[in-house]
Amino acid sequence: MGVIIILVIASLIVALGFLVAFIWSVKKGQFEDDYTPSVRMLFDNELVKESKPESKK
Amino acid sequence: MQEVIDSIQAKQITKCHHCGDICSSLKIVSSGYHFCCEGCKMVYEILYENSLCEYYDLEKNPGIKQKFKVRDGKFAVLDDETILQKFILFKDDTSCKIEFYLPQMHCSSCVWLLENLYKLDKNIIQSQVNFLKKHITIQFQHKQTTIRKIAELLARIGYEPHLSLSSVKTKPKIKTSKSTLIKIGISGFCFGNIMLLSFPEYFSIQMTNESLIYQLFSYLNLVLALPVFFYSASDIFISAFKGLREKFLNIDTPIALAIIITFCQSIYEIITQRGTGYLDSMSGIVFFMLLGRYFQNKTYDALSFDRDFTSYFPLGVTVIDEHGQENQLAVSKLKIGDRLKIFNDEIIPADAILFKGKAKIDYSFVTGESAPVDRSIGEIIYAGGKQIGQSLELEVIKEVSQSYLTQLWNNDSFQSKKDETKTSFVHDLSKHFTIVLFSVALLSAAYWYKNDSSKILDAVTSILIVACPCALLLSATFTNGSMLNYLAKKGLYIKSANVLEKISDINTIVFDKTGTITQQHESRLEYEGVALNQFQQEALGLLLRQSSHPLSRLIALDLPLACQNNIQNFKEKKGYGLSALINGLFLKAGSTSFLDIEKINQIENEGSRVYISINNEYYGFYKIKAKYRNGLKTIIRELKKKHTVLLLSGDNDSETDKLSHFFGKSAKMLFNQTPQDKLDFIQQLQLEGRNVMMVGDGLNDSGALTQSHVGIAVSDNTNNFSPACDGILDGKSFFLLDKLISYSKRQKQIIVGSFIISILYNIIGLYYAVQGTLKPVIAAILMPLSSLSIILFTVGLSYFFSIKIKKHDTNQFSI
Repeated sequence: MGVIIILVIASLIVALGFLVAFIWSVKKGQFEDDYTPSVRMLFDNELVKESKPESKK
Repeated sequence: MQEVIDSIQAKQITKCHHCGDICSSLKIVSSGYHFCCEGCKMVYEILYENSLCEYYDLEKNPGIKQKFKVRDGKFAVLDDETILQKFILFKDDTSCKIEFYLPQMHCSSCVWLLENLYKLDKNIIQSQVNFLKKHITIQFQHKQTTIRKIAELLARIGYEPHLSLSSVKTKPKIKTSKSTLIKIGISGFCFGNIMLLSFPEYFSIQMTNESLIYQLFSYLNLVLALPVFFYSASDIFISAFKGLREKFLNIDTPIALAIIITFCQSIYEIITQRGTGYLDSMSGIVFFMLLGRYFQNKTYDALSFDRDFTSYFPLGVTVIDEHGQENQLAVSKLKIGDRLKIFNDEIIPADAILFKGKAKIDYSFVTGESAPVDRSIGEIIYAGGKQIGQSLELEVIKEVSQSYLTQLWNNDSFQSKKDETKTSFVHDLSKHFTIVLFSVALLSAAYWYKNDSSKILDAVTSILIVACPCALLLSATFTNGSMLNYLAKKGLYIKSANVLEKISDINTIVFDKTGTITQQHESRLEYEGVALNQFQQEALGLLLRQSSHPLSRLIALDLPLACQNNIQNFKEKKGYGLSALINGLFLKAGSTSFLDIEKINQIENEGSRVYISINNEYYGFYKIKAKYRNGLKTIIRELKKKHTVLLLSGDNDSETDKLSHFFGKSAKMLFNQTPQDKLDFIQQLQLEGRNVMMVGDGLNDSGALTQSHVGIAVSDNTNNFSPACDGILDGKSFFLLDKLISYSKRQKQIIVGSFIISILYNIIGLYYAVQGTLKPVIAAILMPLSSLSIILFTVGLSYFFSIKIKKHDTNQFSI
């Protein structure tokens, strides 16, 4: 039955890891703007910045 | 005939590929697309050349029509180092990061284009948009390009940065919301884990030979509860302490008390191994409280309720020095004697004397006069007005901070803070609740003292834990949060939750006229005089279209397109009129002096009239009349049922008849009111004991808006300046005003309703508590259950009442 102590401690550590990740993301400013990323996500990404040759000239 | 039909049809169908406006001419074309003006076409060509045409794929007609071409020297003020500091976020040897406010941002295409700015200028490293705040941060190589060039680039593609005298400071707001989020995260984490560790206690799993585990779990709970108590709940304690210091019992005091009692009791129980305490309930209370507060305080980042006149004034102005050179100077650095050059659609930043040019000043935002005022050389022009027409030269006679406008603004009565001491009804309710609670505790203590004194401690503490007035605060915060949210969806942005309650107490509503009940940039045309036939109208339309003057363009929209386009001898005397020989007719359009006719029917200001003569024979004139907002009649009729409705206007009384049609013949309407008059009138009403709501829009209403109990500013473009107020109403939602007010009145009903629900839970909990048999499991179930049901109830009811406010008015009509 003593194994439950180990299990509890392990789960606490995992949960603590998530908490730390949350605090880190708040401090980094990820929660400052919660709307624009939803718009940005829908844009097409170009694979490489200069891959499209300028053939219009 | 067929050509006429074709041209009219074409006019109806063809929309500009860039901005979506109707193209009046089919001549402006590029790559097979039609555009309404050269400006739109130019933006398209810039984007096309840099393969940014995805801009047009993301949204339909995403462009914004540029009404006036941006002057070349407009951003010269950004060459000044001191001014640049306002925009710079960060600077090092090679790169620099700046932040601009772009009010034109309105769709995902805008976001896409602005984040692809590096394609338009190689020296831009990166740009990022915050859509809600309408800010863009641009990182660029400051050795290769300047801030001014970037601003000019943005202006060229239609996103001119808004530069005003005040700087936008958003940093303190972010810090507090960051720490609030962290507190919520920590209390949520601890709450969940404490509940998890309390499971054996809930299910009364008896493990007699492993009592060590029980103890371990209890101590773990204690450790987890520490950050909740000392960090997350700190706001509640600080607020309660501040209240006590002011000898004022605010709503946080009983909650702080409950938290402290629970914590201490739990510590005592755990250390003496009498039990496990109620740490799960305590952390749950803190978590839900913080969540409610965060929900209620969600702010509207792109709006500001505290702007003053400095946000209205421009940043820089063109100054002519002794040698005749034109330079840009920061408005704050203007001195007496400086010569200014003011262009069309520019705001005059300081009191000055007119030296050169014909001044036609639009003071509608400042004094409420709807028609522009003519001023001649030598006359003083007061700061705050906007010049319409040709450019002027003025000499400054008073510095910006000494001008009539700023003196007015800094007047004490305008700065008067609202009466914030009147507390919410929620505070009163909580006071009564606390008194009842303490009496119940005392009674049960007395009872147990007589019968079984060992149970006193248990009974009293569990009563105080279970019957937490936090339910009341929770109902208030979630109701406020969701109501503010729904009101914002319908177009009314309220500053803070206590405004909602103030709206319920309103019994008098005062309206401003210019800009508030009239729509500023849309006017109605009326023609008085000898009627023009089709041919004459076509010719007149052709004449007016040659001019870029807004009045000419407005009238030309109403006139049919001509088939023959024979224009000769076109002459335009800016500010006076136009003349030309068109299709055989000699037309003249303009002011009375231009047409050489005597002033006829000169009752009102001539500013909004265009007189017409054909072959030197006077025909008549076009009058520009203000258009009243849709739904005005309906909302006044509905509002009059429960409130007194009045009108205060800075304009003259020429439209009295029309207005009494809306307000009723017996309604009180006052005209020619100065900003001070408006403020005094509101004060007078308040002294009579009335609760006043002021609905206004401009600087001239600012004193009245601050003085009244609730001040609502109407705005057609919420990104533009609006004076300090309690709420901003979108012009498009004006017709919903009566429904929005009655929705706000529901706030009390919803809070009281949810409070009754929480009392039911409390009675169940108290039933166990007074007997001293409150098991932690019951408290742990009751607390989240009651919190969740209150949240669902309040948010659900707020939503239910909000769907009754239909967004689109099915009764489209206009007077």
